[in-house]
Amino acid sequence: MAEAQDNKALLLNPVFLNNPIALQVLGVCSALAVTSKLETAFVMSLAVIFVTSLSNLSISLIRHHIPSSVRIIVQMAIIASLVIVVDQILKAVVYDISKQLSVFVSLIITNCIVMGRAEAFAMKEPPFRSFLDGIGQGLGYGALLMAVGFFRELLGSGSLFGIEILPLINNGGWYQPNGLLLLPASAFFIIGLLIWALRTKFPAQVEPKE
Amino acid sequence: MANNDSLANTVKVVLGVSLVCSIVVSTAAVGLRGMQQRNVIEDTQSNILTVAGADFAGQKIQDVYQQVIEPRVVDLDTGEFVAADQIDVNSFDQRKSAKDPETSTRLTKDEDIAGIVRRSNYANVYLVKGSAGGYERIIIPMHGRGLWSTMYAFMAIQPDGNTVDAMVYYDHGETPGLGGEIANPLWLEKFVGKKLFDDQGQPALEVIKGTAPQDSAYQIDGLSGATLTSNGVTNTFDFWLSENGFGKFLSNIQKGGLGNG
Repeated sequence: MAEAQDNKALLLNPVFLNNPIALQVLGVCSALAVTSKLETAFVMSLAVIFVTSLSNLSISLIRHHIPSSVRIIVQMAIIASLVIVVDQILKAVVYDISKQLSVFVSLIITNCIVMGRAEAFAMKEPPFRSFLDGIGQGLGYGALLMAVGFFRELLGSGSLFGIEILPLINNGGWYQPNGLLLLPASAFFIIGLLIWALRTKFPAQVEPKE
Repeated sequence: MANNDSLANTVKVVLGVSLVCSIVVSTAAVGLRGMQQRNVIEDTQSNILTVAGADFAGQKIQDVYQQVIEPRVVDLDTGEFVAADQIDVNSFDQRKSAKDPETSTRLTKDEDIAGIVRRSNYANVYLVKGSAGGYERIIIPMHGRGLWSTMYAFMAIQPDGNTVDAMVYYDHGETPGLGGEIANPLWLEKFVGKKLFDDQGQPALEVIKGTAPQDSAYQIDGLSGATLTSNGVTNTFDFWLSENGFGKFLSNIQKGGLGNG
């Protein structure tokens, strides 16, 4: 029973309580770049969940054999291979979206969330727990990406997943889209507001004053 | 676990991980290549259909493409179509051909305005079939250096061989928001109706700095903050519309080479 609860915590804690972007402030670069549309944010989230979970799993499987002198290189090799696989799959299955994500898929390799979890969690914990942790961290990353993407696409282009919600003036509707939200900088504002909201709800996340 | 750090173990783990990773990566790359190539072809076809002005929403791109587009190959040195029995138009790849010394020409520094180094001797063109027989548009591919990258475009020209019908930049690596605006449909719309050649038959289409005069037949508004990219676009036109590019072909078209009667 305790174990089941623990597993659930591994999966769900990163979404609100310990969000990799909002609390650990990792992986912000890609969060700015791919969130102007929900579609790209969604595919990017799936890609990151895939990479974090499988890299955590495989690193955890061989954690007793990895020499500490080359551990970062071994982790990078595994992560990089997984990212290439994801990139190839995206190019084959959703070519249009992979063109929009362009370089940001390959940049998952340098995403601190993946590296950080491999080093901090998978090197110490058994495979199944590491796998769940990877999915959880990926979900946390994805949830924040989707939240940012939701506001940016809705207010910036008047649509969600490409479906028109607020009819644009250009197309004969009434909504004047806010161009600022299509620029990467706007993601900073939204992430900031989300962090504020999260820390108001969970005051434990507030860092002590120095 | 104390001997994890021994040389033998380090080499063993590194080799093992490398081996497994390389197998995974190459399996993915080889196994998915077919699907990826189909996507690339479909992407090119949809770009061509876009400049062709064809409506392909909700239909299979390949079907519409085969219905509307007639791919041909042009000999750039003579400006004539290459006969169908001399070359397979469907498999001819201009980019590949431009790399092969046997099928391409190295441009001298003076000729190479667009910064493309080698030019293929043959070039793809795509004829758009009209609904009433004959051809409605001619689509020519162009490419040239911008600020950071080679920019690839398709231009659709009216059967008079002198008027732009549509323009699309489909592949480039310019700065998003500045030079990257060359792919913005609102900017590309400004090309519609412009003339390629002046009265002396010289390439005249150009992107200028600032706003083009409204009645200008040759000038396009410049992109603010992207002077070098804009210059690259003008250079691309200057090269591809010259004798070294599609100049001879287009002058043949102007003389009625399309056989539209």
